[in-house]
Amino acid sequence: MPYFLLAPGLIWLALFFVAPIITLIGTATKTPGAGIGEFVQTYRWANYWDAITGSAGQFGRSFLYATIATLIALAIAYPLAYGIAFKSGKYKNILLVLVVAPFFCSFILRTIAWKQILGQNGPVFRFLLDLHLVTPMTHLTATPSAVIIGLAYNFLPFMTLPLYGSLERIDPRVLDASGDLYANAFTTFRRVTVPLSMPGVVAGTLLTFIPAAGDYVNAEILGNPSTKMIGNVINAQFLNTQDYPLAASLSFILMIIISLLVMVYIRKAGTEELV
Amino acid sequence: MPDASTSAKGDLKLSNLTKSYGDFKAVDDLTLTIPEGSFFALLGPSGCGKTTTLRMIAGLEEPTSGKISIGATDITDKRPYQRPVNTVFQNYALFPHLTIFENIAFGLRRRGVKDVNEQVEKVLNLVELQHLADRKPTQLSGGQQQRIAVARAIVNRPALLLLDEPLGALDLKLRRQMQIELKWIQTEVGLTFVHVTHDQEEAMTMADTIAVMNEGRIEQMGSPAELYDNPKTAFVANFLGQSNLIQGNIVDSDGDFHVVDLYGQKTKVLKSRTHSRNNSVLYAIRPEKLRIDTENHTQPGNRFTGGHIVDVSYIGVSTQYQVELPWGQEIMVFEQNDDGIPPLDKGDEVTLSWEPTFSFALDGAQDANAGSEVNPEAE
Repeated sequence: MPYFLLAPGLIWLALFFVAPIITLIGTATKTPGAGIGEFVQTYRWANYWDAITGSAGQFGRSFLYATIATLIALAIAYPLAYGIAFKSGKYKNILLVLVVAPFFCSFILRTIAWKQILGQNGPVFRFLLDLHLVTPMTHLTATPSAVIIGLAYNFLPFMTLPLYGSLERIDPRVLDASGDLYANAFTTFRRVTVPLSMPGVVAGTLLTFIPAAGDYVNAEILGNPSTKMIGNVINAQFLNTQDYPLAASLSFILMIIISLLVMVYIRKAGTEELV
Repeated sequence: MPDASTSAKGDLKLSNLTKSYGDFKAVDDLTLTIPEGSFFALLGPSGCGKTTTLRMIAGLEEPTSGKISIGATDITDKRPYQRPVNTVFQNYALFPHLTIFENIAFGLRRRGVKDVNEQVEKVLNLVELQHLADRKPTQLSGGQQQRIAVARAIVNRPALLLLDEPLGALDLKLRRQMQIELKWIQTEVGLTFVHVTHDQEEAMTMADTIAVMNEGRIEQMGSPAELYDNPKTAFVANFLGQSNLIQGNIVDSDGDFHVVDLYGQKTKVLKSRTHSRNNSVLYAIRPEKLRIDTENHTQPGNRFTGGHIVDVSYIGVSTQYQVELPWGQEIMVFEQNDDGIPPLDKGDEVTLSWEPTFSFALDGAQDANAGSEVNPEAE
């Protein structure tokens, strides 16, 4: 009878997760019917294959961009989280608020702001121009780099917070013990701090990589036609072309690939030993 | 790095060691020599500076001034990992991500020692936990973690082993057992142990020498028996066990004894056990040295007459009485239950007597409650 208590959760899951997934899988195998925008169920499973082959480039690009953006976010967030956790003293809470402060402003607006920051009249371009690293003819916006910068920026808080969480939990006496047992600062970091922060690294990279791989806003605003990610294709197929079967099969494939990658990753990172 | 752990040997010397935080002096001009191979305890209430002293020896805290040396080697400016010193931390600080084996091997691996397996196994045998080598620290009980923390430190054969309240997290029974075990390990490995604790019983059980610390300074140093038997300050008298301290004045001399007037009652104390520069003294007698009786027997020695019992606690091996003396002060009396006579009752008129040689006298200008109002469990 205690299972009865699970009912609200189960009903919620059934209505808002299982049912949409089944609808999605079903929609994917439909073919165009007589009227415009009308599709009939013909169980054409080959639709999935067509979707993969048709958008292989965008799939590849999505995972490439998401991987690079995740690595950049990790490189920025780790020192940041480390500083907040161990060195910030009384400013700890203020710094944590600042990490999430960007959420008070719309995601789209912040991404558009990067267009200004990286634009011909923006500070970044001017600075690089002064260093003669770019010529006035080049541009930073509408490039793969801009898309990746945008992704890394937008998901940085999702990387920082779990990292902070796991670093902050480390008992400072364990770090003292490492120093006491003949490990210098670098060895202590490598042998004690990093292994103990692995749960945060795993959580942070997943929280960054998964949404980044499915994102289309950054590629839309900061990219060009040749930087389209799989999210852009799905968006276009659903809303512009209204090829629902193709959009549905792309969505489902994206979901499957991400799930597989996450499973392999978690197994490799071996988090179950750490938590 | 390997040289650090093998070269410096000898006595630990602290010279004029001071640690200030702003105006507050946590450790105040501490000078101390701890002989090689001894089991030394720094005993004091929380905030007395004992842990700061330990952390400075370990290199985890930088002294404001002063010098720390082991034998002829000055280690004051050495980093923690360059010192031939290992620590057993409070709550053990075992590495949660490493197995017990790797925890113990950590220091050996950092120093590039060759026969890691052999040494780890040897020390695991010493603490009798060889069967737990592959477990993680969280899978061990508190007592087992404690022994691993000791093993992880002594496997490096440091010149000095520091123990920071090592038994604080254990329950009473386990603590007793570990006290005996630690003492045995110290004798077995022959290293110098410096033990920091607020638990006077723990210090007295294990240490050869105890330094009682208060407000950043050493109040008194000596063997447990010396400190208990002949304390030189009110703080030591109250912090190690209990003492009855009674305000009085030296009024006369009688051979080896001073005659002290305590609210009109004349008592004696050995001159050699009097630690006061003037005639005003705190006359002191331990509760278990007092004999209690309802009749005024003419026994030799000191006595107080006209007291009455205000509280009786029967605790099995002994009975503890609280006796109010004619001038209103209450003092403690511990009576062994070894004579088959039932305990006296509340309200009984009693006479207290004791051997004059057991009493001692302290400087009368001190606070008679110094060291007694601190709660040793507060940490």
